[in-house]
Amino acid sequence: MRFGVVRFPGSCDVVDAVRAAGRVGEAEELWHADADLHDVDAVIVPGGFSYGDYLRVGAIARFAPVMAEVERFARHGGLVLGICNGFQVLCEAGMLSGALLPNTSLRFVCRQVELEVVNPRTPWTNACEPGERLSIPAKHTTGRFWAPDPVLDELEANGQVVLRYAPGHNFNGSARDIAGVSNAAGNVLGLMPHPEHAVDPLTGSADGLKLLLSAARVPAA
Amino acid sequence: MTRVRVLIRPKAGILDPQGQAVERALPALGFDGVANVHVGRLVELDVDDPGRVPDMCEQLLANPLIEDFEIERPEADRPHQDPGPEALRR
Repeated sequence: MRFGVVRFPGSCDVVDAVRAAGRVGEAEELWHADADLHDVDAVIVPGGFSYGDYLRVGAIARFAPVMAEVERFARHGGLVLGICNGFQVLCEAGMLSGALLPNTSLRFVCRQVELEVVNPRTPWTNACEPGERLSIPAKHTTGRFWAPDPVLDELEANGQVVLRYAPGHNFNGSARDIAGVSNAAGNVLGLMPHPEHAVDPLTGSADGLKLLLSAARVPAA
Repeated sequence: MTRVRVLIRPKAGILDPQGQAVERALPALGFDGVANVHVGRLVELDVDDPGRVPDMCEQLLANPLIEDFEIERPEADRPHQDPGPEALRR
């Protein structure tokens, strides 16, 4: 399994994502101006502040040349993981439902959170048990997931709510404690917490590896 | 070119913690009698064709899922007036 990690100007978690993905497969960087995806098997849109987060978080990055390829790749069933700013970019690009709003506290928060795996049947969570708890750090100011109620109902009914904040861990005010959502097909997942920062017991948890291990188990398309 | 202003604000019903923070801060400075504060963005632009601005808003300037936008044309709203020779002497 070869992972490609997109670097936009302003991305800052590229190195960790490449290193994390490198633990379960091969990994390389993709540049925002690239016209193709270097034939990778899965794409990670990492955290950071793409294009300075000008206008709105993720709003400008969706127009990067590489994003047209990422959208096409996802439409054909390619595995795409958006982490933090990457999640915001995928929402702005319409690849995932909903939007990320400022934390209710209006503060930047950096803490370890407990997530519950709601749907372990996606390509990004198939190595997890239903209800399994993952300890993963989150660090953001704009992570309050929001969508209109009918959309939230639909996401829940379709199993697209993949990860929730465990009770007491929804620090940003996300609707229905949603921490991660997928598209209808399940091949695109976005989440605010950072699995790529939880890949070694040295830093407190290796639970983040489970998402990458899940993807690595999926036969290449 | 035509000067256009786009006012973007959080949609009604979506929690607006920025607005709430400002609303709480004003009475602390003695400004009582303030309610329903909302904080948004202002985008000013000069365009050849103001008819295209609604599309610009839908596709980039605002996120229609979470934000409402309002388009103003300050010059159209306030007709240009020649200040006259009096203004030049000042």
